[in-house]
Amino acid sequence: MSNSSIPVRKFDAVIVGAGGSGLRAAIQLSEGGLKTAVLSKVFPTRSHTVAAQGGVSASLGNSEEDHWHWHMYDTVKGSDWLGDQDAIEYMCRKAPEVVVELEHFGMPFDRTDEGKIYQRPFGGHMSNFGEKPVRRACAAADRTGHAMLHALYQRNVRANTQFFVEWMALDLIRDESGQVLGVIALEMETGEVVAFHAKATIFATGGAGRIYYSSTNAFINTGDGLGMAARAGIALEDMEFWQFHPTGVAGAGVLITEGVRGEGGILRNSDNERFMERYAPNAKDLASRDVVSRAMVTEINEGRGCGPNKDFVLLDITHLDPATIMKRLPGIREISIQFAGIDPIQAPIPVVPTCHYQMGGIPTNFKGQVVSADGVPVKGFYAAGEVACASVHGANRLGTNSLLDLLVFGKSSGDSVIEDLASGAIVHKDLPAAYAERTLARLHRLNTQTGGSNVNETRLELQRTMQKHCGVFRFKDMLVEGVAKIVEIEKAVARTEIKDKSQVWNTARVEALELDNLIEVAKATLVSAEARKESRGAHVRDDAPDTPENPNGRDDANWHKHTLWEREGSSLSYKPVTMTPLTVETIALKTRSY
Amino acid sequence: MATSTMEFKIYRYDPDKDDAPYMQDMSVQVDFAIDRKLLDVLTRLKANDDTLSYRRSCREGICGSDAMNINGKNGLACLTDIQELKQPVVLRPLPGLPVIRDLIVDMTQFFKQYHSVKPYLINDSPRPERERLQSPEERDELNGLYECILCACCSTSCPSFWWNPDKFVGPAGLLNAYRFIADTRDEATNERLDDLEDPYRLFRCHSIMNCVDVCPKNLNPTQAIGKIKEMMVRRAI
Repeated sequence: MSNSSIPVRKFDAVIVGAGGSGLRAAIQLSEGGLKTAVLSKVFPTRSHTVAAQGGVSASLGNSEEDHWHWHMYDTVKGSDWLGDQDAIEYMCRKAPEVVVELEHFGMPFDRTDEGKIYQRPFGGHMSNFGEKPVRRACAAADRTGHAMLHALYQRNVRANTQFFVEWMALDLIRDESGQVLGVIALEMETGEVVAFHAKATIFATGGAGRIYYSSTNAFINTGDGLGMAARAGIALEDMEFWQFHPTGVAGAGVLITEGVRGEGGILRNSDNERFMERYAPNAKDLASRDVVSRAMVTEINEGRGCGPNKDFVLLDITHLDPATIMKRLPGIREISIQFAGIDPIQAPIPVVPTCHYQMGGIPTNFKGQVVSADGVPVKGFYAAGEVACASVHGANRLGTNSLLDLLVFGKSSGDSVIEDLASGAIVHKDLPAAYAERTLARLHRLNTQTGGSNVNETRLELQRTMQKHCGVFRFKDMLVEGVAKIVEIEKAVARTEIKDKSQVWNTARVEALELDNLIEVAKATLVSAEARKESRGAHVRDDAPDTPENPNGRDDANWHKHTLWEREGSSLSYKPVTMTPLTVETIALKTRSY
Repeated sequence: MATSTMEFKIYRYDPDKDDAPYMQDMSVQVDFAIDRKLLDVLTRLKANDDTLSYRRSCREGICGSDAMNINGKNGLACLTDIQELKQPVVLRPLPGLPVIRDLIVDMTQFFKQYHSVKPYLINDSPRPERERLQSPEERDELNGLYECILCACCSTSCPSFWWNPDKFVGPAGLLNAYRFIADTRDEATNERLDDLEDPYRLFRCHSIMNCVDVCPKNLNPTQAIGKIKEMMVRRAI
């Protein structure tokens, strides 16, 4: 096959992904009158934003005094000072505006007695620069993501957005100058491969939590945007930082929101002790996620886990009023009954830290423009949401800041596209010669491969390797060994074989193509983690312990910087953290405690 | 390990190679300690035969991808306990919609009906600076409505939808229509009622209640439809 056999469709903009950030960007572009295509592997309301539970943060102050500056402080502290302070200020200042806008779109938030948006406490949300917990998480029961995703989709229905549902983007199109000219995508129903030629391309493809064996993430979270970007020569930022959510249902991995602890839930060990009091005397069960996850694993490692194998701890809400549980946490009750076989009104829920969120991603600025190492925008390329690294989450994300990230940067990336197109900075350029060759070669190999490796087994090996070698606690030798293993697995990924050769809804092919993306993310993660010789946020290693010189093992002198991993040669470089906010003073480096 | 063999009869059809659909006998080793839900077992079946095709994503009953007909009843594979299933487990695509391949149906008609009810908030008053106010009691009216996951279990179990998928909105669409009618922030109640006051769009519902029986989120479309009918009667007098 040659390029000429591929149909080309022309748009002003193409958005890849129709979760929260893709849909929010699409609203800007559709209402802004741009000819826009939104591609999604799944029907938009099936995107993983739908599974978010606890809330979206904004300093609305509906129940008690709050301020965006306090929110900013908490986010910087939560990030263990790896977040860029310009982007963090931008996000926290914008939060009330985008959340109110979402309410106007129809989002069914819970309400206070005065009729305002209901807000609950959440991990790491504090008033007055870290003093005491504050109600900042705006919630629709424990189904905030579902309510949000549907509201955003509905607004797009109103705006007549053009969706390409069940289309999988396979590769980014870049020309020799590095400008991005769209994507090549596969229609799952027909097997047809089409070039989406666009002036602007927004990646909103979400995370890659499926690189881990135990994950709260959906099957579809395979890091497609990261894989495409890496193959097209875009560096990936801070990929060593993965959030392990403290409360995944033991065995099943399904998420139990932090909102459970926000409503008064308590973590207990086998002695029935509220152990978080020892690890975070002030915030207790509402400390940051990395802190709580490490405390839980420490309890389990020291023999105070629960159950026959002493391999989980308990999340207890039996002391809460059943009416509160039914009203504020109905989805959690359903999940506990379905996946743990217990009713949390009567018995505590068995939970373990579970891979949940990727803090790193495609480097962007706060306008949602993808940037190179020196901060210069990559022409025609934008990213928002979990796939992007602005960086607002740094080394550890605060709960509810992910939904906020979607809204703020979905919107800002859309606005940037409108601006860049209006200014004439970006026009349609001709597609380069042979732009589809690599993609067609990948498809051809899959159609003809014999005696190759099994997709399912190779993926499992990748996931088990990540789980064992790059988990909540990391060990020098294990990381080195993990890198070597991933390099071996990469060879198997290059020769995967599928039996299904059908053109129609070939899910085996989709899974093989997804594995091509998972391996890029896994490799970026392990290589970046092995290289970072300090402990910071979610990245904690045995050879960087807590010392008087380096409290918590954090080594600001050598490692207060962002990692950039490039696929070519699997090479690393670093760039400074932006410490200068937009309008306020720098939040200076400080030891982190809760 | 509590392993055991489970027997299946699964609807298979690949238009690329099959002249006609057929039911295929399949069996698989399951470990009841790990495999709790039907989706867990489907994943095992697919590991053995990668041509078996179905949709799935969140595996926790919130995305609505893996709706199928399980032993004669519509449901989500990820919320169906395997130990409660009679064997051989018979799996078919959702009834009443065109089959694309195996357990994957063409949902175009279903979404067309959903879109037809204008499933978005209509409020053309000037936007206030802050959120529009809504009392907790008014907000409670949306419970049991906004939680719909658009899995289509209900509409594809409804005989009225089978006969008139192009004209009858169906339980999912009507539940969502009422979600906006019931929202105190929405200003288009009259238009919405006008649109539904039609022998087909609303009144093909004969309260058979299959929708209520199969909804994996325990929602009650029949009740929502009843409320729409009540509002029509009330505004007529």
